[in-house]
Amino acid sequence: MLNAKIPAGPLDKKWTSYKSTCKLVNPANKRKLEIVVVGTGLAGASAAAALGELGYKVKAFCFQDSPRRAHSIAAQGGINAAKNYQNDGDSVYRLFYDTIKGGDYRAREGNVHRLAEVSGAIIDQCVAQGVPFAREYGGLLSNRSFGGTQVQRTFYAAGQTGQQLLLGAYSALERQVALGNVTMYNRHEMLDVVVVDGKARGIIARDLVSGKLERHFGHAVLLCSGGYGNVFYLSTNAMGSNVTAAWKAHKKGAFFGNPCFTQIHPTCIPVSGDHQSKLTLMSESLRNDGRIWVPKKQNDTRKASDIPEEERDYYLERRYPAFGNLVPRDVASRAAKERCDAGYGVGSSKQAVYLDYADAIKRYGKIEAGKKGLDHASEAEIIALGKEVVKEKYGNLFDMYEKITGENPYETPMRIYPAVHYTMGGLWVDYELMTNVPGLYALGEANFSDHGANRLGASALMQGLADGYFVIPYTLGNYLADDIHTKPLPEDHPAFVEAEKAVADRIQQLMSIKGTKTVESFHKRLGKIMWDKCGMARNAEGLKQAIAEIQQLKKEFWSDVKIPGEINELNPELDKANRVADFIELGELMCIDALNRNESCGGHFREESQTPEGEAQRDDANYMYVAAWEYKGDHQWELHKEVLDYEVVKPSQRSYK
Amino acid sequence: MEHYNMNLNLKVWRQKNAQTQGGFETYQVKNISSEMSFLEMIDVLNEELIAEGKDPIAFDHDCREGICGMCSLYIDGRPHGPWEQNTTCQLHMRAYKDGDTITIEPWRAGAFPVLKDLMVDRSAFDRIIQAGGFISVNTGNAVDANALPIEKDKADASFAAAACIGCGACVAACKNSSAMLFTSAKVTQLALLPQGAPERKSRALNMIAQMDKEGFGACTNTGACEAVCPKGISLTNIARLNQEYLGAALTVN
Repeated sequence: MLNAKIPAGPLDKKWTSYKSTCKLVNPANKRKLEIVVVGTGLAGASAAAALGELGYKVKAFCFQDSPRRAHSIAAQGGINAAKNYQNDGDSVYRLFYDTIKGGDYRAREGNVHRLAEVSGAIIDQCVAQGVPFAREYGGLLSNRSFGGTQVQRTFYAAGQTGQQLLLGAYSALERQVALGNVTMYNRHEMLDVVVVDGKARGIIARDLVSGKLERHFGHAVLLCSGGYGNVFYLSTNAMGSNVTAAWKAHKKGAFFGNPCFTQIHPTCIPVSGDHQSKLTLMSESLRNDGRIWVPKKQNDTRKASDIPEEERDYYLERRYPAFGNLVPRDVASRAAKERCDAGYGVGSSKQAVYLDYADAIKRYGKIEAGKKGLDHASEAEIIALGKEVVKEKYGNLFDMYEKITGENPYETPMRIYPAVHYTMGGLWVDYELMTNVPGLYALGEANFSDHGANRLGASALMQGLADGYFVIPYTLGNYLADDIHTKPLPEDHPAFVEAEKAVADRIQQLMSIKGTKTVESFHKRLGKIMWDKCGMARNAEGLKQAIAEIQQLKKEFWSDVKIPGEINELNPELDKANRVADFIELGELMCIDALNRNESCGGHFREESQTPEGEAQRDDANYMYVAAWEYKGDHQWELHKEVLDYEVVKPSQRSYK
Repeated sequence: MEHYNMNLNLKVWRQKNAQTQGGFETYQVKNISSEMSFLEMIDVLNEELIAEGKDPIAFDHDCREGICGMCSLYIDGRPHGPWEQNTTCQLHMRAYKDGDTITIEPWRAGAFPVLKDLMVDRSAFDRIIQAGGFISVNTGNAVDANALPIEKDKADASFAAAACIGCGACVAACKNSSAMLFTSAKVTQLALLPQGAPERKSRALNMIAQMDKEGFGACTNTGACEAVCPKGISLTNIARLNQEYLGAALTVN
């Protein structure tokens, strides 16, 4: 059975007692132990750097041209930490509680409490690295609030927090490269895990420039390869973000946890046409000051500025007076979909709602006028002052909106619509971040562990860095302490030869199909199936159809895909084909998981399971478990359940009213 | 905003790999929407090329929201195209009109060899960072974040320098292929913070030495780098780097 290996003892002592009693590896032995790290986002870069500092021999891999490109870089809003610098009642317990509640009681207490415990040290570490967080005039760090919480615990660097944190981790990583502790493999993609006697012992990677396959041994393999939102084709993920590393691990025996838990972010720039290749997020921090509304009249074609105040429906403030525009992401997304489906959407597509800064501009303008002693400032002067304040807080986001849409958000409300953004599901891991395959770990978004069925804003960065800087350096030693006598496997070991052959055969098979349809066309079709039937709202009938459609799509892909070019050259279409083939298989599993989970929780909304007011209805009696799926062959999976015990928090129906 | 469709002529640099000579190919694309991004326009062309059995155009791109720094392209003689403070991925087709001809080339610099078509190897930037673009602090050593107050002006200026995305447009725009703007941005970010002080001198010296070793040219203060920088990294960073370098060179053996 699945054993999460949660340490015994009271919740707030578990991590401390684990750290004090876990096994250690002495420095002389660390030098002999090799670690493979796949992915160099916040989780991977911080893990590779921290392990290099400890003296392990690390090999890190990324598919981009530099580890600094990893998609953590695009996170905008901030990173949470229970510092309570604002004296507003925050604590480790509250951060823990908010995360468990925000996750709709589908996350493990032990992991989440540890996350909250180490959150403060992350901020300390980043500041020490020179990450330029926003500061107040007194020189101390500034905080902002974020959705799903009532305290100000989010640290930020304008709208580029992810960039600054990633560049901090990247610089720590490059320092270890310079010191010779980490070898960096850019433009490399992991295409299989090598398992020997049941333990992960390395990977097969493809050099994306030469197309050659390589064998890399590791005493342990850490997958830090991010989420799988691109299964929907359109998402806020980078174009290259993919599930391939995690999926290969899954097919080699690692269980996949809660694959259907995907987060649809409420504030993204709406789709403009069929040519669309990706969606762009507008930071959730915009909900701090912006007000979301639609017209009270259906199919209202007037311009936003022509719709008087009394004819606007601020539906989040109306439905959720306690949290208003700051309800968690899943709640905000569904509310937008509900209004648009009911015919109140705006813009040419009618699949959008307004995010309006007019009130915030006036409010800030009045405060500024007051500060400057301008008692008789005109309306126009107040608005001009207010725009300056908004520009300082959100300028880069407003500029980005204008570049993409050609509309000026200081003058007209922004149009926004939900888009796929993050995947809470991922490889199943225990308390030590190890999958059920010994020696194979998953960190950051690639694992399923900390966010339950819905992630709170500014918590992804926290988790990535917690896993890399402060968890894996301890838990990995606990495993490797028993592995110090294992010699590195030679590259001609049969397990490597066999794994490489399987990878080569599959690439050969893909190239030899020589069909008629492009990789992109299959990816788009998969995305449409997933968005329509496994998106913001799901029902049994739709999911069954989706499973059949995806199985059909897979057949078609493997008989009719057209990939130009050669194997042994730089061939982005072949790279993409490898990834899309895995996305298709994952899509099927996501639908199976969504079909199995006949309850609504967090980002997973089953239409069959809702309250009379249309709110999500959880079913704790039947579904308070992690669904961990074991791959059993083509289209076959076996469900394992990890029952969630809540020792400290009492699960209740989430209410943000 | 009025949307429209357009037909365009594209002159695109094609090069099979680092070992072979490249050259321009001309393509026509039709019914391009003004709402598309520039890279989506190339996506459309690539889908057509694949359908015709031809090799699609290879180009670097990833986040497509202007922050990862992976996209490049020298468009009509300007890195990242015609818009101010913009990346290629954020350039949208409303910048063009029906019948326009657009010339697309890779970054041109000895230190950025072409890998294929429009893709270049920018790993030299990573090596410049390895030479000193960090603060040597191991994980777990840090004091409480608020134990070290930093003047807001300095923190803001440090952040402005840290906004560099490492795309290499500065090098591509420079007649000397200098990497001074990139290097100076990192040096400035860390020089303005008290945490960066202990390694300040060695950082400036080592990063400049690596820059020279990679084959980037010298700076002649033309300012082309600043003009094309998608993140508005200022030329004053280069002045600071020169100051840091001089100060270090005069006081370090």
